[in-house]
Amino acid sequence: MRMKKKGILLCCLASLLFSVTTVYPTHSSYAFSNQVIQHGATGEDVIELQARLQYIGFYNGKIDGVFGWGTYWALRNFQYEFGLDIDGLAGSTVKEKLVKASQYDKEFIRKNIESGNQFTYYGGTPKEQQVKKDKNNQKKQAQNTQTEEDQGTSLEPTAVNVPNGFSQNDIQLMANAVYGEARGESYEGQVAVAAVILNRINSPTFPNTVSGVIFEPRAFTAVADGQIWLTPNDKAKRAVVDAINGWDPTGEAIYYFNPDTATSSWIWSRPQIKRIGKHVFCM
Amino acid sequence: MIRWISIVILAIAIFATGAWGYQEHQEKNAILVQAENNYQRAFHDLTYQVDLLHDKIGTTLAMNTKEKLSPQLIEIWRLTSEAQTDVGQLPLVLLPFNKTEEFLSNIGEFSYRTAVRDLEQEPLSDKEVDTLNNLYKKAGDIKNELRKVQHVVLEDNLRWMDVQMALVSTDEPMDNTIIDGFETVEETVKAYEESDLSSGLTGISNETHEFRFIKGENISESQAEEQIRKLFKLDDELELTIAESGDGAQLPMYSASFQNEKEHGYIDISKQGGHPLSFMLNREINEKNLSLNDALLRAEKFLKANGFSDMVMFQSNQYENVGVFQFLYQQGDVRVYPDKIQMKVALDDGEILGFVATDFYRNHENTEYEEPSLALEEAKERVNPTVTIQDQHLAIVEDDFKERILAYAFLGTKGQDTYRIFIDANTGQEIKVEKLKAVETKWNID
Repeated sequence: MRMKKKGILLCCLASLLFSVTTVYPTHSSYAFSNQVIQHGATGEDVIELQARLQYIGFYNGKIDGVFGWGTYWALRNFQYEFGLDIDGLAGSTVKEKLVKASQYDKEFIRKNIESGNQFTYYGGTPKEQQVKKDKNNQKKQAQNTQTEEDQGTSLEPTAVNVPNGFSQNDIQLMANAVYGEARGESYEGQVAVAAVILNRINSPTFPNTVSGVIFEPRAFTAVADGQIWLTPNDKAKRAVVDAINGWDPTGEAIYYFNPDTATSSWIWSRPQIKRIGKHVFCM
Repeated sequence: MIRWISIVILAIAIFATGAWGYQEHQEKNAILVQAENNYQRAFHDLTYQVDLLHDKIGTTLAMNTKEKLSPQLIEIWRLTSEAQTDVGQLPLVLLPFNKTEEFLSNIGEFSYRTAVRDLEQEPLSDKEVDTLNNLYKKAGDIKNELRKVQHVVLEDNLRWMDVQMALVSTDEPMDNTIIDGFETVEETVKAYEESDLSSGLTGISNETHEFRFIKGENISESQAEEQIRKLFKLDDELELTIAESGDGAQLPMYSASFQNEKEHGYIDISKQGGHPLSFMLNREINEKNLSLNDALLRAEKFLKANGFSDMVMFQSNQYENVGVFQFLYQQGDVRVYPDKIQMKVALDDGEILGFVATDFYRNHENTEYEEPSLALEEAKERVNPTVTIQDQHLAIVEDDFKERILAYAFLGTKGQDTYRIFIDANTGQEIKVEKLKAVETKWNID
C-alpha cells in the first residue's frame, strides 16, 4: 500500500514538473554545459547538439549521444550556413547560434531515449508523429516509472564509441579470453594478452578473425578448460580496448607461455622478447 | 520384512545410478563424437581445398587470355582463404602448422595482388610466372603428402581426438600417424621456403620494416631508470622494476613497471637513444570533469613538451571517462598516415594515462615530399560519383608493398555512411577506400 501511495505521489510530482517544463520549453537551464563539444565525445551535451541540429534539419541520424561522423558533417554544414568558422567544434558561439535557431524539448527526448523508442525530432512536425513505440510494452512501462523518479539526472547515450573495425561483441569475446587467460596479471599483463590476439589476427600464420584466433584448438588454455566463459571484469575490457587502440606492451609478440607450466620444448625455442608477470612473450 | 524392503530400495538405487551413469556416458560420447567430427571436417576439407588449389594454379599457368586470368586468380585467393580457415581449426602447438599456413598465406597474397592488378596494362612478369610455377610444384607436393595422410586416416580409422589425447597426456615423442604425416607436410613446405620464397616472393609477407627513426647512443639500465623517474616524477625510494628485452625483440628496449599509491605504471623505453616508446598508467578514474576537447589540449601540450611539434589530431574518441586520441605527423600540408602517435587522457583530472609512439619511431623519416602531378579537381573525378566529397587533404600512405605514396585523401559521405578514399596524387589510382565506423548502438538497449 505504501508503495502505491508513493507511486501516486511521484506521478503527481512528475505531472507538476511536466506542466512547468511545457510552459517554458526552452528554459535556459536546459541549454548546453560550457564545454567545447568535439568529434568522439559522448553524453548529454551531444544528445542536445544532435537534437537541435535535427530540429533545424541538419542532422538526419539517430539521436544517440555519440558525436560520430554524421553529427560532425551536420555541425560543419550548420557552421557553413550560419557563416561561422567550419571546424566541426561546438564552442560557445556555435552553441549560442544553435540555441537561438532551434528548440530543445528535453523531456520529450528523455522519455523516448529511456523507453527505447525509435524517434526523430524535426521542428515543424508534430512530435507524436515522430515516435515509433517500442513493442515491448512491459519494459517501457517499467522504464517510464523510472523516468519519473530520475527527473534531473543526466541523460545516458544509447550508443558507444568502438574502435574502427571492432564490434562491442568482439571486444566482449576478447575480454573473455583475456580474463580467462590472465585475470591474475597486472594491467599491462592483460593488455599484453589482448595484443597477442590482435598480433595473431594480423599475422599470416594465424586465422584472420577474433573468433578464429581465440577458438583455434589448443591455442589458449582458457578456451580448452572453459575458463573463457567466466564473466570478465571492467579491467579486462579496458585492457582490450587499449590494445585495440594501439597499446602493445609485448613488442609485437605472437606467442606467450607460462615458463612454470609450459611442457612443449618447441615453445622454448621461440625467440623471446620479454617477460610480463607470469608470461614470457615471444615471436 | 525390513530387510527385503531395504534390498529392493538398494536394488532400485543401484539400477538408477547405473542408468544415470550410462546416460552420462552416452552424452559424453556424443560430445566427443561431435568434436571429432569437427576435426574430421576441417581436415578433409583442407585436403580437398589444397587439391583444388593445385589444379587451379595449374590451369592458370596454361591460360593465355587475360580476361580469364583475373577471375582465376581470385578463385585461387578464395580457395587459400578457405584452406587457411580449415588449418585454423586443427589442433595447434605440437603440430607445427606455421609453415603450411604461411605458404597458404603467400599464395593468397600473390594471387590477390595479381588479380586486382589490371593485367591488360601490366601482365604477369617472367619472375611472377616463375613464382607461380614454383607455387604449383610445391602445392602439388603438399597435396600428395596430405592425400597420403588422409588415406592412412581413413584406412586405419584414425581419430583426431586420439591425437588430442596424445598431445594432452604426454610431451614424449609419440608414434602417431597423423602427427608424423603433418610433420612431413611441414618439412615439404620448409624446403620450398628455403629455396624459393626468398627470391620470388620477398616483400609479400606482412612483416613490418625495422625502426627508422631511432637515433642516438645506447643508454644503460640505470640511465633508463633515471629517465623514467624524471618523466613520471617518481620518488627515489619508490620501487621500480626494470628489465632489458630478449633476443626476439625487434628493437632492444627496457621495460619498467612501478606501483605508487595512486596508480600502476608500465613503460617501454628504447635502448638506443632512450626514447619512450609507449607507456600506460592504470588507476580508477573518477567522475568526468573535463570535456574531450580539454583533454585534447592536454595531450597536445604533452606532445609539444616532448618534442613532437608537428602533430595534428586525426581521431578522438571518448570511452567512458577517458579520451583516446590519434595524432598524425604533418609536414607542410601533407599528413603522414604511417607516422602516428596515440594518447589516452583521463577526463577526471586531465592526467596523461597513455602514450604510444611505436609507429612514429618505426616509420618516421625526414624527407621532402614532391608536389602532386595530378590536380585536385582531376583527383576528385576519380572518386565514385555517388560519394559526396566533404573534405580533403594531401596524405602520405603506405600501399600493400609498404611503399610510401603521395595521395589525396577525400572524406565523403554516401547516405548515412562516411568514407575515406585515397587517390594516388600522381597516377590517379584509387589506393584504398575505408568505411569509417566508430559508433555502435548499445546492444543491451532495444
